Amino acid sequence: MATKTFAGKIIEINEEGYLVNASEWTPDVAKEIAAEEGIELTDLHFRVLDFIRDKAGSGVALTIRSIGNSGIIDIKQFYQLFPGGPLKKASRIAGIKKPSSCV
Amino acid sequence: MSKINAMTTNGNDKPLKKVCIICAKANLEDVYASLVLANGAVMEGIEAKLFFTFFGLDAITKKQMHKLHTATVGNPGMRMPGGLPFPTLLGMIPGVEAGVSAMMRSQMDKLDIPGVEEFLQMITAGGGEIYACKLAMDMFKLTREDLHEEVSGVLTVGDFYAMCGGENTQIIFT
Repeated sequence: MATKTFAGKIIEINEEGYLVNASEWTPDVAKEIAAEEGIELTDLHFRVLDFIRDKAGSGVALTIRSIGNSGIIDIKQFYQLFPGGPLKKASRIAGIKKPSSCV
Repeated sequence: MSKINAMTTNGNDKPLKKVCIICAKANLEDVYASLVLANGAVMEGIEAKLFFTFFGLDAITKKQMHKLHTATVGNPGMRMPGGLPFPTLLGMIPGVEAGVSAMMRSQMDKLDIPGVEEFLQMITAGGGEIYACKLAMDMFKLTREDLHEEVSGVLTVGDFYAMCGGENTQIIFT
């Protein structure tokens, strides 16, 4: 397993760049991963990330549709916040595993 | 990005940039194959154009899109719950096809797979584009008003090919 320094902490990541332990995630870590994706996080981003982390904690598979039904943003806004592969990028920034859903 | 691709490619392959998907059938499973492929593409940041022709037009026709069925006759993949073969004669009884289709839709709902209309909206929300075939529209005497509002336009086959240019583009016929 590789490690990488985010926000001054050495954090374990897998070969695709996803955090191995969701518990090592902090908002500052998120900001640095987002910067790698070319995204500057706003409060709205963080509300979506919180939703995703809650959802991951409950063990339910994350889908684009569930984010559209979150009441935070609609699907179009989700694509705008995390352009070019929103579900994967948002999951990586949220410090959870790569999504395994096809929808 | 390179890390993400490392798992699935040998590192030298250029990633897919655009998919043009053709759906010519109105069976629930054929329409969904097209919708899942198109939506999956935009989810990955791949440009997607979805082209409906012949009976596939049902999927984007306001009157028909909520009534798609899966064939219970002449469908070798059909099985009874529990895995026993599904007798073709049973599939012919009125109501059976509707029942089977309803069962399939409820299964899909459990997996968070949306209905056709919502699926089209998800695809366009991600920047995907949906088109209807002009020739088939003429054949079935359909007009633009019969089509769902998520449809971007009506195309000739030449228009369609013109959209399929560019490197790392694939045409998929479901």
